[in-house]
Amino acid sequence: MNSRLINWFKFSSPATYYPLAGRLVPLFSVIALVLIGVGLYMSFFIAPTDYKQGEGYRIIFVHVPAAWMSMFIYVVMAVWSGLGLVFNTRLSAMMAKALAPTGAMFAFLALWTGAFWGKPMWGAWWVWDARLTSELILLFLYIGFIALQGAIDDPRRADRAGAILALVGVVNIPIIYFSVKWWNTLHQGASVSITKGSSMGQVMLWTMLIMTLGFWAYSIAVSLARVRSIILERERDTTWVSELPEVRG
Amino acid sequence: MFEAFLIIVRRDITLAMRRRSDLFTTLFFFVIVVSLFPLGIGPEMNTLRLIAPGVVWVAALLASMLALERLFAADFEDGTLEQMLLVPQPLSLLVLGKVTAHWLVTGLPLAIVAPLLGLQYDLSPEALGVLVVSLLLGTPALSLIGAIGAALTLGLRGGGVLVSLLVLPLCIPVLIFGAGAVEANVSGLGEQGHLSMLGALLVLSLLFSPLAASAALRISAE
Amino acid sequence: MSLSEFLYMGGYGLYVWGSFGVTALFMIMEPILVHRRRRAVLQRVSRIVRMKEVER
Repeated sequence: MNSRLINWFKFSSPATYYPLAGRLVPLFSVIALVLIGVGLYMSFFIAPTDYKQGEGYRIIFVHVPAAWMSMFIYVVMAVWSGLGLVFNTRLSAMMAKALAPTGAMFAFLALWTGAFWGKPMWGAWWVWDARLTSELILLFLYIGFIALQGAIDDPRRADRAGAILALVGVVNIPIIYFSVKWWNTLHQGASVSITKGSSMGQVMLWTMLIMTLGFWAYSIAVSLARVRSIILERERDTTWVSELPEVRG
Repeated sequence: MFEAFLIIVRRDITLAMRRRSDLFTTLFFFVIVVSLFPLGIGPEMNTLRLIAPGVVWVAALLASMLALERLFAADFEDGTLEQMLLVPQPLSLLVLGKVTAHWLVTGLPLAIVAPLLGLQYDLSPEALGVLVVSLLLGTPALSLIGAIGAALTLGLRGGGVLVSLLVLPLCIPVLIFGAGAVEANVSGLGEQGHLSMLGALLVLSLLFSPLAASAALRISAE
Repeated sequence: MSLSEFLYMGGYGLYVWGSFGVTALFMIMEPILVHRRRRAVLQRVSRIVRMKEVER
């Protein structure tokens, strides 16, 4: 038990995490490429045409995975932030920082594809639907996190301030979602669900799942690649960085 | 312990009263923003009555954002904040005191002048009452949530805009239930549910935000 | 199924390709940007390391 504990903490040191991340990036890139490739093939050639929404429904194969990933990444970011505050590890905050841009990108993509789904289906690019509105607020939360970290020069303070903001955000997300939902039902606004109306077949579900796993592997690969740059920048004064072959170059 | 809280409240109010012009800027900002909407939308009374709750609430939200920047700034600059970090009483209690004082001088005046602004929009006396109650419940929650943002951005360049960027998304539930309460009253649905939700939000933010804000203060003042 | 038929997507071409295209664009651009950042950081860090060695 004790030795396992020590092993975990060993990886929380940037000097050991950096090469580990370097080995994992190509692995997850390949997984992502294969899964997304299979997912794309399935979304266009295997999944049948929907009897109600025609070919337009195929948008859900990117929309739903992007929306799921945007939420999932925020939670992961908050977990890393919490770990960083509790154990005072520098690496956790670097991971949170590396995840934020990818999460923001998926939030944006979920909104974008939601708009492209909405135009043909309900005739408007934007509808104040509870889910789309919450997704928009999630994007704002990501932007706030990135802006706060960008505004603080001292990396220690940036890490910890960002961690607190991420934790406050993750506590607020359910409250925000609940209140937006309440607001939406009260105003009898368009409550739309992309999956409703079309009977979700087994094939569609699998396609969505494979795409989500592909996006997940993609997020891991990109954030690990990004955290390597962050580590190099932060640790540039240490001897282990100066001894790296790519630095000696 | 409670004494420390009262001392902070009294001190901050005294300090605020010495610089009264600051208080009036927030208040006048609120009044001017609310009065601008009819000029932008047109004097059609039916439309105005419809948008009144939202307009007043959004303006109150923006006005309280405007005041947030000053919450900890003066104490940070003259070193009082560092002293507060060393005091034996819990920092969150002192933060609560500061937020209370801040609300008394910025949030409370908004709730007091709101009925006058509601008259511009032809709200019924009953709806005006709900507006005041919703602001009395909502603005302290706004100050509390805002305190986290103010503590996080303490001493940063462009802190004022950044605070709004961080805090506005977190304030959305308060806005929804605050404006919703007035709207529910106008449409005859009854404001009870919204007001209890606002109360719940206030209690939640009372419990958690002093803790988060004091943690943030420690990080920023280091 | 011919290519034009495939691109037409039963009338939903603009929306389907607008979604998939922009998603693909972002998910290709992001790794490229990350890679570029890594190159820039490596350049900067190795310059600093070399400068320090010269000082020593």
